[in-house]
Amino acid sequence: MAIEDLARASDDLERIEVQLLLEAIYQHYGFDFRGYALGSLKRRLWRRAIGEKVETLSALQDRVLHDPTVMERLLLDLSINVTAMFRDPTFFQAFRERVVPALRTYPFVRIWNAGCSTGEETYSLAIVLKEEGLYERTRIYATDINDRVLERAREGRFPLEKMREFTDNYIRAGGQESFSTYYTAHGDTATFSPELRSQVVFAQHNLVSDAPFNEFNVIVCRNVMIYFGKTLQDRVHELFYDSLDSLGILALGHKESIRFTRYEDRYEPLDVQEKLYRKMY
Amino acid sequence: MPFEMIVIGASWGGLRALEAVLGSVPRHFETPIVIAQHRATQSATGALPHTLAHHSGHDVCEPGDKDPIEAGRVYVAPADYHLLVDPEGFALSTEGAVRFSRPSIDVLFDSAADVYAERLAAVILTGANDDGAYGITRVRRRGGLTVAQDPAGAERPEMPLAAIATGAVQHVLPLEEIGPFLVKTVGSERTAA
Repeated sequence: MAIEDLARASDDLERIEVQLLLEAIYQHYGFDFRGYALGSLKRRLWRRAIGEKVETLSALQDRVLHDPTVMERLLLDLSINVTAMFRDPTFFQAFRERVVPALRTYPFVRIWNAGCSTGEETYSLAIVLKEEGLYERTRIYATDINDRVLERAREGRFPLEKMREFTDNYIRAGGQESFSTYYTAHGDTATFSPELRSQVVFAQHNLVSDAPFNEFNVIVCRNVMIYFGKTLQDRVHELFYDSLDSLGILALGHKESIRFTRYEDRYEPLDVQEKLYRKMY
Repeated sequence: MPFEMIVIGASWGGLRALEAVLGSVPRHFETPIVIAQHRATQSATGALPHTLAHHSGHDVCEPGDKDPIEAGRVYVAPADYHLLVDPEGFALSTEGAVRFSRPSIDVLFDSAADVYAERLAAVILTGANDDGAYGITRVRRRGGLTVAQDPAGAERPEMPLAAIATGAVQHVLPLEEIGPFLVKTVGSERTAA
Protein backbone atom coordinates (compact mmCIF):
# COMPACT_ATOMS: atom_id res chain seq x y z
CA MET A 1 0.00 0.00 0.00
CA ALA A 2 1.24 3.50 -0.77
CA ILE A 3 0.87 4.66 2.78
CA GLU A 4 1.51 8.26 1.77
CA ASP A 5 -1.92 8.22 0.23
CA LEU A 6 -3.37 8.09 3.71
CA ALA A 7 -2.33 11.72 4.04
CA ARG A 8 -5.30 12.65 1.90
CA ALA A 9 -7.36 12.51 5.01
CA SER A 10 -8.71 15.91 5.87
CA ASP A 11 -9.44 15.73 9.50
CA ASP A 12 -12.79 17.08 10.62
CA LEU A 13 -14.52 16.13 7.43
CA GLU A 14 -13.00 12.70 7.75
CA ARG A 15 -14.64 12.22 11.15
CA ILE A 16 -18.05 12.88 9.60
CA GLU A 17 -17.30 10.60 6.66
CA VAL A 18 -16.29 7.74 8.95
CA GLN A 19 -19.52 8.05 10.92
CA LEU A 20 -21.68 8.15 7.81
CA LEU A 21 -19.89 5.21 6.22
CA LEU A 22 -20.29 3.04 9.32
CA GLU A 23 -23.95 4.01 9.60
CA ALA A 24 -24.51 3.16 5.93
CA ILE A 25 -22.81 -0.24 6.31
CA TYR A 26 -24.92 -0.98 9.38
CA GLN A 27 -28.21 0.00 7.78
CA HIS A 28 -27.59 -1.72 4.48
CA TYR A 29 -25.56 -4.82 5.41
CA GLY A 30 -26.24 -5.19 9.14
CA PHE A 31 -22.56 -5.25 10.13
CA ASP A 32 -22.07 -2.89 13.04
CA PHE A 33 -18.60 -1.33 13.24
CA ARG A 34 -19.83 1.80 15.02
CA GLY A 35 -18.37 0.77 18.35
CA TYR A 36 -14.92 -0.10 17.00
CA ALA A 37 -11.77 1.66 18.21
CA LEU A 38 -11.19 4.56 15.86
CA GLY A 39 -7.45 4.49 15.08
CA SER A 40 -7.09 1.04 13.55
CA LEU A 41 -10.58 1.20 12.02
CA LYS A 42 -9.62 4.33 10.08
CA ARG A 43 -6.41 2.75 8.85
CA ARG A 44 -8.35 -0.18 7.46
CA LEU A 45 -11.03 1.99 5.84
CA TRP A 46 -8.32 3.99 4.09
CA ARG A 47 -6.54 0.82 2.99
CA ARG A 48 -9.78 -0.24 1.25
CA ALA A 49 -10.31 3.25 -0.19
CA ILE A 50 -6.84 3.12 -1.74
CA GLY A 51 -7.48 -0.44 -2.94
CA GLU A 52 -10.67 0.73 -4.67
CA LYS A 53 -8.81 3.74 -6.09
CA VAL A 54 -11.14 6.29 -4.51
CA GLU A 55 -9.99 9.54 -2.94
CA THR A 56 -12.36 9.97 -0.02
CA LEU A 57 -14.27 7.86 2.49
CA SER A 58 -17.54 9.24 1.07
CA ALA A 59 -16.53 7.86 -2.31
CA LEU A 60 -15.81 4.55 -0.60
CA GLN A 61 -19.31 4.71 0.90
CA ASP A 62 -20.75 5.05 -2.60
CA ARG A 63 -18.78 1.99 -3.76
CA VAL A 64 -19.63 -0.07 -0.69
CA LEU A 65 -23.37 0.65 -0.92
CA HIS A 66 -23.71 -0.06 -4.63
CA ASP A 67 -21.33 -2.99 -5.01
CA PRO A 68 -21.53 -5.87 -2.52
CA THR A 69 -18.14 -7.20 -3.69
CA VAL A 70 -16.55 -3.98 -2.39
CA MET A 71 -18.25 -4.61 0.95
CA GLU A 72 -16.85 -8.14 0.92
CA ARG A 73 -13.34 -6.82 0.37
CA LEU A 74 -13.79 -4.23 3.11
CA LEU A 75 -14.98 -6.95 5.47
CA LEU A 76 -11.78 -8.86 4.73
CA ASP A 77 -9.69 -5.79 5.49
CA LEU A 78 -11.56 -5.38 8.75
CA SER A 79 -11.27 -8.98 9.89
CA ILE A 80 -7.77 -10.10 8.91
CA ASN A 81 -5.06 -9.91 11.51
CA VAL A 82 -1.59 -11.21 11.08
CA THR A 83 -0.91 -13.82 13.70
CA ALA A 84 1.05 -17.04 14.09
CA MET A 85 0.39 -20.54 15.36
CA PHE A 86 1.30 -20.67 19.04
CA ARG A 87 1.65 -16.88 19.14
CA ASP A 88 2.72 -16.15 22.73
CA PRO A 89 4.10 -19.64 23.51
CA THR A 90 3.81 -19.01 27.26
CA PHE A 91 0.04 -18.77 26.88
CA PHE A 92 -0.18 -22.24 25.37
CA GLN A 93 2.10 -23.57 28.07
CA ALA A 94 -0.22 -22.09 30.70
CA PHE A 95 -3.18 -23.59 28.82
CA ARG A 96 -1.58 -27.03 29.18
CA GLU A 97 -0.71 -26.55 32.82
CA ARG A 98 -3.73 -24.68 34.16
CA VAL A 99 -6.69 -25.17 31.82
CA VAL A 100 -6.22 -28.77 30.67
CA PRO A 101 -6.30 -30.25 34.22
CA ALA A 102 -9.62 -28.51 34.86
CA LEU A 103 -10.99 -29.85 31.57
CA ARG A 104 -10.05 -33.44 32.43
CA THR A 105 -12.85 -33.47 34.99
CA TYR A 106 -15.49 -33.03 32.27
CA PRO A 107 -16.91 -35.92 30.19
CA PHE A 108 -17.26 -33.58 27.23
CA VAL A 109 -15.55 -30.25 26.63
CA ARG A 110 -16.88 -27.27 24.69
CA ILE A 111 -14.47 -24.49 23.70
CA TRP A 112 -15.34 -21.28 21.90
CA ASN A 113 -12.52 -19.73 19.91
CA ALA A 114 -14.12 -16.34 19.26
CA GLY A 115 -12.75 -14.22 16.41
CA CYS A 116 -10.67 -17.10 15.01
CA SER A 117 -9.79 -15.24 11.78
CA THR A 118 -7.72 -17.54 9.52
CA GLY A 119 -7.46 -20.28 12.15
CA GLU A 120 -3.86 -20.21 13.45
CA GLU A 121 -5.03 -20.17 17.06
CA THR A 122 -7.72 -22.80 16.48
CA TYR A 123 -5.23 -25.32 15.05
CA SER A 124 -2.83 -24.56 17.90
CA LEU A 125 -5.54 -25.33 20.46
CA ALA A 126 -6.44 -28.54 18.62
CA ILE A 127 -2.80 -29.68 18.73
CA VAL A 128 -2.49 -29.01 22.46
CA LEU A 129 -5.75 -30.85 23.21
CA LYS A 130 -4.70 -33.78 21.05
CA GLU A 131 -1.34 -34.11 22.79
CA GLU A 132 -3.08 -33.93 26.14
CA GLY A 133 -5.48 -36.72 25.16
CA LEU A 134 -8.57 -34.52 25.37
CA TYR A 135 -9.22 -33.79 21.74
CA GLU A 136 -11.59 -36.68 21.02
CA ARG A 137 -14.04 -35.49 23.63
CA THR A 138 -13.74 -31.81 22.79
CA ARG A 139 -15.69 -29.68 20.39
CA ILE A 140 -14.10 -26.38 19.38
CA TYR A 141 -16.49 -23.77 18.03
CA ALA A 142 -14.34 -21.39 16.00
CA THR A 143 -16.24 -18.31 14.94
CA ASP A 144 -15.58 -15.16 13.00
CA ILE A 145 -17.63 -12.32 11.58
CA ASN A 146 -16.36 -13.08 8.09
CA ASP A 147 -17.29 -16.16 6.02
CA ARG A 148 -14.32 -15.69 3.73
CA VAL A 149 -11.70 -15.99 6.46
CA LEU A 150 -13.60 -18.99 7.85
CA GLU A 151 -13.24 -20.69 4.47
CA ARG A 152 -9.52 -20.14 4.69
CA ALA A 153 -9.44 -21.40 8.26
CA ARG A 154 -11.33 -24.55 7.19
CA GLU A 155 -8.74 -25.27 4.51
CA GLY A 156 -5.98 -25.32 7.12
CA ARG A 157 -3.36 -24.13 4.66
CA PHE A 158 -0.57 -21.82 5.67
CA PRO A 159 2.54 -20.61 3.83
CA LEU A 160 5.35 -23.16 4.16
CA GLU A 161 7.78 -20.35 4.92
CA LYS A 162 5.91 -19.75 8.18
CA MET A 163 6.66 -23.24 9.48
CA ARG A 164 10.00 -22.30 11.00
CA GLU A 165 8.36 -19.63 13.13
CA PHE A 166 5.40 -21.88 14.00
CA THR A 167 7.70 -24.78 14.91
CA ASP A 168 9.84 -22.53 17.09
CA ASN A 169 6.72 -21.24 18.86
CA TYR A 170 5.39 -24.79 19.25
CA ILE A 171 8.58 -25.97 20.95
CA ARG A 172 8.66 -22.94 23.22
CA ALA A 173 5.03 -23.67 24.11
CA GLY A 174 6.08 -27.05 25.47
CA GLY A 175 5.30 -29.13 22.38
CA GLN A 176 6.75 -32.65 22.64
CA GLU A 177 6.16 -34.04 19.16
CA SER A 178 7.80 -33.30 15.86
CA PHE A 179 5.73 -30.36 14.60
CA SER A 180 6.09 -31.47 10.96
CA THR A 181 3.91 -34.53 11.63
CA TYR A 182 0.92 -32.17 11.78
CA TYR A 183 1.15 -30.98 8.19
CA THR A 184 2.12 -32.04 4.70
CA ALA A 185 4.07 -29.75 2.42
CA HIS A 186 3.02 -29.16 -1.20
CA GLY A 187 4.99 -26.55 -3.09
CA ASP A 188 4.99 -23.47 -0.91
CA THR A 189 1.99 -24.53 1.18
CA ALA A 190 1.68 -26.50 4.41
CA THR A 191 -1.68 -28.25 4.75
CA PHE A 192 -2.61 -29.23 8.26
CA SER A 193 -4.01 -32.67 9.02
CA PRO A 194 -7.82 -32.92 8.59
CA GLU A 195 -7.86 -34.66 11.97
CA LEU A 196 -7.08 -31.28 13.55
CA ARG A 197 -10.45 -29.99 12.40
CA SER A 198 -12.54 -33.14 12.87
CA GLN A 199 -13.64 -31.77 16.25
CA VAL A 200 -13.84 -28.16 15.07
CA VAL A 201 -16.99 -26.35 13.94
CA PHE A 202 -16.16 -23.22 11.96
CA ALA A 203 -19.18 -20.94 11.99
CA GLN A 204 -20.07 -17.34 11.27
CA HIS A 205 -20.87 -15.35 14.40
CA ASN A 206 -20.84 -11.63 15.03
CA LEU A 207 -19.67 -10.74 18.54
CA VAL A 208 -21.18 -7.31 18.21
CA SER A 209 -24.75 -8.28 17.40
CA ASP A 210 -25.34 -12.04 17.81
CA ALA A 211 -26.69 -13.75 20.92
CA PRO A 212 -25.03 -16.51 22.98
CA PHE A 213 -25.36 -19.80 21.10
CA ASN A 214 -24.12 -22.41 23.58
CA GLU A 215 -22.61 -22.91 27.01
CA PHE A 216 -18.88 -23.30 27.09
CA ASN A 217 -16.20 -24.56 29.46
CA VAL A 218 -13.60 -22.28 27.88
CA ILE A 219 -13.76 -19.14 25.77
CA VAL A 220 -10.54 -18.14 24.00
CA CYS A 221 -10.75 -14.62 22.59
CA ARG A 222 -7.26 -13.20 22.27
CA ASN A 223 -6.45 -9.91 20.54
CA VAL A 224 -9.94 -9.56 19.10
CA MET A 225 -11.55 -7.08 21.47
CA ILE A 226 -8.57 -4.75 21.10
CA TYR A 227 -10.36 -3.48 17.97
CA PHE A 228 -13.45 -2.55 19.98
CA GLY A 229 -14.14 0.63 21.90
CA LYS A 230 -14.78 0.36 25.62
CA THR A 231 -18.60 0.32 25.43
CA LEU A 232 -18.54 -2.47 22.91
CA GLN A 233 -15.97 -4.40 24.96
CA ASP A 234 -18.36 -4.28 27.90
CA ARG A 235 -21.14 -5.74 25.78
CA VAL A 236 -18.94 -8.57 24.54
CA HIS A 237 -17.88 -9.32 28.11
CA GLU A 238 -21.55 -9.67 28.96
CA LEU A 239 -21.95 -12.10 26.07
CA PHE A 240 -18.97 -14.14 27.26
CA TYR A 241 -20.14 -14.16 30.85
CA ASP A 242 -23.55 -15.42 29.74
CA SER A 243 -21.93 -18.06 27.53
CA LEU A 244 -19.63 -19.58 30.16
CA ASP A 245 -20.54 -22.48 32.42
CA SER A 246 -19.98 -21.93 36.11
CA LEU A 247 -16.22 -22.26 36.66
CA GLY A 248 -15.77 -21.69 32.94
CA ILE A 249 -12.48 -20.14 31.85
CA LEU A 250 -11.97 -16.97 29.83
CA ALA A 251 -8.65 -16.46 27.99
CA LEU A 252 -7.68 -13.00 26.75
CA GLY A 253 -4.57 -11.62 25.01
CA HIS A 254 -1.47 -10.63 26.97
CA LYS A 255 -2.29 -6.92 26.76
CA GLU A 256 -6.01 -7.27 27.51
CA SER A 257 -7.70 -7.36 30.88
CA ILE A 258 -11.10 -7.70 32.52
CA ARG A 259 -10.08 -4.98 34.95
CA PHE A 260 -12.33 -1.94 34.66
CA THR A 261 -15.07 -3.96 32.95
CA ARG A 262 -18.40 -4.56 34.66
CA TYR A 263 -17.55 -8.25 34.97
CA GLU A 264 -14.27 -7.82 36.81
CA ASP A 265 -15.70 -9.12 40.10
CA ARG A 266 -17.35 -12.16 38.55
CA TYR A 267 -14.05 -13.84 37.74
CA GLU A 268 -11.02 -14.91 39.69
CA PRO A 269 -7.61 -14.85 38.05
CA LEU A 270 -6.29 -18.30 37.17
CA ASP A 271 -3.05 -16.96 35.71
CA VAL A 272 -2.51 -13.21 35.93
CA GLN A 273 0.36 -13.03 33.44
CA GLU A 274 -1.39 -15.16 30.81
CA LYS A 275 -4.78 -13.47 31.28
CA LEU A 276 -6.67 -16.62 32.23
CA TYR A 277 -9.77 -15.98 34.34
CA ARG A 278 -12.27 -18.35 35.96
CA LYS A 279 -15.94 -17.47 36.28
CA MET A 280 -16.91 -17.62 39.95
CA TYR A 281 -20.69 -17.22 39.94
CA MET B 1 -1.51 25.40 23.43
CA PRO B 2 0.16 22.98 25.83
CA PHE B 3 1.72 19.81 24.50
CA GLU B 4 -0.17 16.70 25.48
CA MET B 5 2.23 14.02 24.29
CA ILE B 6 5.74 13.33 22.99
CA VAL B 7 6.10 10.37 20.61
CA ILE B 8 9.52 8.91 19.87
CA GLY B 9 10.46 6.41 17.14
CA ALA B 10 13.67 4.41 17.33
CA SER B 11 15.14 1.34 15.66
CA TRP B 12 18.73 0.06 15.32
CA GLY B 13 20.78 1.56 18.17
CA GLY B 14 17.61 2.86 19.77
CA LEU B 15 18.17 1.59 23.27
CA ARG B 16 21.28 3.69 23.85
CA ALA B 17 19.68 6.74 22.18
CA LEU B 18 16.51 6.39 24.24
CA GLU B 19 18.52 6.14 27.42
CA ALA B 20 20.31 9.36 26.47
CA VAL B 21 17.08 11.24 25.72
CA LEU B 22 15.14 9.98 28.75
CA GLY B 23 18.17 10.49 30.96
CA SER B 24 18.12 14.22 30.25
CA VAL B 25 14.39 14.61 30.90
CA PRO B 26 13.57 15.05 34.58
CA ARG B 27 11.67 12.29 36.38
CA HIS B 28 7.95 12.95 36.59
CA PHE B 29 8.16 15.26 33.56
CA GLU B 30 4.50 15.91 33.08
CA THR B 31 3.99 15.33 29.35
CA PRO B 32 3.57 11.60 28.68
CA ILE B 33 6.26 10.11 26.42
CA VAL B 34 5.26 7.26 24.10
CA ILE B 35 7.96 5.20 22.37
CA ALA B 36 7.88 2.82 19.40
CA GLN B 37 11.19 0.94 19.39
CA HIS B 38 11.63 -1.82 16.78
CA ARG B 39 12.50 -5.11 18.40
CA ALA B 40 12.27 -8.86 17.95
CA THR B 41 8.81 -10.44 17.90
CA GLN B 42 9.71 -12.71 20.78
CA SER B 43 11.12 -10.04 23.08
CA ALA B 44 10.05 -10.80 26.62
CA THR B 45 7.21 -8.69 27.98
CA GLY B 46 8.62 -6.02 30.23
CA ALA B 47 12.30 -6.40 29.34
CA LEU B 48 12.66 -3.13 27.41
CA PRO B 49 10.65 -0.97 29.84
CA HIS B 50 12.62 -2.49 32.70
CA THR B 51 15.95 -1.60 31.11
CA LEU B 52 14.81 1.92 30.24
CA ALA B 53 13.41 2.49 33.73
CA HIS B 54 16.60 1.23 35.29
CA HIS B 55 18.83 3.53 33.25
CA SER B 56 16.70 6.66 33.21
CA GLY B 57 14.87 6.57 36.55
CA HIS B 58 11.55 7.12 34.78
CA ASP B 59 8.37 5.21 35.38
CA VAL B 60 8.32 3.12 32.17
CA CYS B 61 5.67 0.56 31.19
CA GLU B 62 4.10 -1.27 28.25
CA PRO B 63 0.49 -0.09 28.03
CA GLY B 64 -2.39 -2.54 27.98
CA ASP B 65 -5.31 -2.17 25.60
CA LYS B 66 -7.53 0.86 26.41
CA ASP B 67 -5.24 1.92 29.27
CA PRO B 68 -5.66 5.62 30.05
CA ILE B 69 -2.76 7.89 29.08
CA GLU B 70 -1.37 9.36 32.28
CA ALA B 71 0.82 12.40 32.91
CA GLY B 72 4.36 11.82 34.14
CA ARG B 73 4.78 8.40 32.56
CA VAL B 74 6.84 6.83 29.78
CA TYR B 75 5.17 4.17 27.64
CA VAL B 76 6.80 1.65 25.29
CA ALA B 77 4.92 -0.21 22.53
CA PRO B 78 4.79 -3.94 23.37
CA ALA B 79 6.65 -6.36 21.09
CA ASP B 80 4.62 -7.73 18.14
CA TYR B 81 1.75 -5.23 18.48
CA HIS B 82 1.11 -1.87 16.87
CA LEU B 83 0.48 0.78 19.50
CA LEU B 84 -2.11 3.43 18.62
CA VAL B 85 -3.44 6.48 20.40
CA ASP B 86 -7.23 6.69 20.42
CA PRO B 87 -9.48 9.40 21.88
CA GLU B 88 -10.25 6.99 24.75
CA GLY B 89 -6.68 5.93 25.51
CA PHE B 90 -4.16 3.48 24.11
CA ALA B 91 -5.23 0.85 21.61
CA LEU B 92 -3.30 -2.15 20.32
CA SER B 93 -3.51 -3.89 16.99
CA THR B 94 -2.19 -7.04 15.35
CA GLU B 95 -2.84 -5.92 11.79
CA GLY B 96 0.09 -6.79 9.54
CA ALA B 97 3.55 -5.31 9.83
CA VAL B 98 3.86 -1.86 8.24
CA ARG B 99 7.17 -1.42 6.45
CA PHE B 100 8.26 -4.73 7.96
CA SER B 101 7.68 -3.41 11.47
CA ARG B 102 5.30 -4.22 14.29
CA PRO B 103 5.29 -2.00 16.30
CA SER B 104 5.34 0.56 13.50
CA ILE B 105 6.51 4.11 14.17
CA ASP B 106 4.27 5.37 11.34
CA VAL B 107 1.18 3.82 12.93
CA LEU B 108 1.91 5.35 16.35
CA PHE B 109 2.73 8.81 14.96
CA ASP B 110 -0.25 8.85 12.58
CA SER B 111 -2.78 7.92 15.27
CA ALA B 112 -1.28 10.35 17.82
CA ALA B 113 -1.29 13.18 15.24
CA ASP B 114 -4.98 12.49 14.63
CA VAL B 115 -5.84 12.88 18.29
CA TYR B 116 -3.45 15.65 19.40
CA ALA B 117 -2.64 17.69 16.24
CA GLU B 118 -0.52 20.72 17.26
CA ARG B 119 -0.34 19.48 20.85
CA LEU B 120 2.00 16.66 19.79
CA ALA B 121 5.80 16.59 19.59
CA ALA B 122 7.46 13.81 17.55
CA VAL B 123 11.08 12.65 17.54
CA ILE B 124 12.88 10.29 15.15
CA LEU B 125 16.04 8.67 16.49
CA THR B 126 18.62 6.28 15.07
CA GLY B 127 17.56 3.46 12.74
CA ALA B 128 18.46 1.56 9.57
CA ASN B 129 15.14 1.88 7.70
CA ASP B 130 12.58 4.55 6.78
CA ASP B 131 9.83 3.85 9.30
CA GLY B 132 8.58 7.11 10.78
CA ALA B 133 9.13 9.18 7.63
CA TYR B 134 5.44 9.02 6.75
CA GLY B 135 4.41 9.44 10.38
CA ILE B 136 6.43 12.58 10.88
CA THR B 137 4.86 14.21 7.82
CA ARG B 138 1.44 13.48 9.35
CA VAL B 139 2.52 15.07 12.64
CA ARG B 140 3.79 18.17 10.82
CA ARG B 141 0.69 18.47 8.60
CA ARG B 142 -1.44 18.49 11.72
CA GLY B 143 0.70 21.29 13.17
CA GLY B 144 2.81 19.24 15.59
CA LEU B 145 6.45 19.84 16.56
CA THR B 146 8.96 17.63 14.72
CA VAL B 147 12.52 16.67 15.66
CA ALA B 148 15.10 14.27 14.22
CA GLN B 149 18.40 13.10 15.62
CA ASP B 150 21.36 14.49 13.65
CA PRO B 151 22.19 11.60 11.26
CA ALA B 152 25.90 12.46 11.51
CA GLY B 153 26.06 11.28 15.10
CA ALA B 154 23.43 8.53 14.90
CA GLU B 155 24.40 4.89 15.31
CA ARG B 156 22.48 4.30 12.06
CA PRO B 157 21.65 7.41 9.98
CA GLU B 158 19.04 5.97 7.56
CA MET B 159 15.93 6.56 9.63
CA PRO B 160 16.58 10.21 10.58
CA LEU B 161 17.79 10.84 7.00
CA ALA B 162 14.53 9.47 5.59
CA ALA B 163 12.51 11.64 8.00
CA ILE B 164 14.54 14.76 7.14
CA ALA B 165 14.20 14.05 3.41
CA THR B 166 10.42 14.48 3.69
CA GLY B 167 10.93 18.16 4.57
CA ALA B 168 8.68 17.73 7.61
CA VAL B 169 11.40 17.88 10.28
CA GLN B 170 11.70 21.29 11.94
CA HIS B 171 14.66 20.63 14.24
CA VAL B 172 17.69 18.43 13.56
CA LEU B 173 19.61 18.03 16.81
CA PRO B 174 22.55 16.05 18.18
CA LEU B 175 21.40 13.28 20.50
CA GLU B 176 22.50 14.99 23.71
CA GLU B 177 20.50 18.14 22.88
CA ILE B 178 17.18 16.40 22.20
CA GLY B 179 16.15 15.83 25.82
CA PRO B 180 16.98 19.38 26.97
CA PHE B 181 15.24 20.79 23.86
CA LEU B 182 12.06 18.85 24.66
CA VAL B 183 12.15 19.95 28.28
CA LYS B 184 12.58 23.58 27.25
CA THR B 185 10.11 23.66 24.35
CA VAL B 186 7.42 21.25 25.46
CA GLY B 187 7.80 22.25 29.10
CA SER B 188 7.80 26.03 28.57
CA GLU B 189 4.76 25.98 26.32
CA ARG B 190 2.94 24.15 29.05
CA THR B 191 3.63 26.93 31.55
CA ALA B 192 2.79 29.59 28.97
CA ALA B 193 -0.62 28.03 28.33
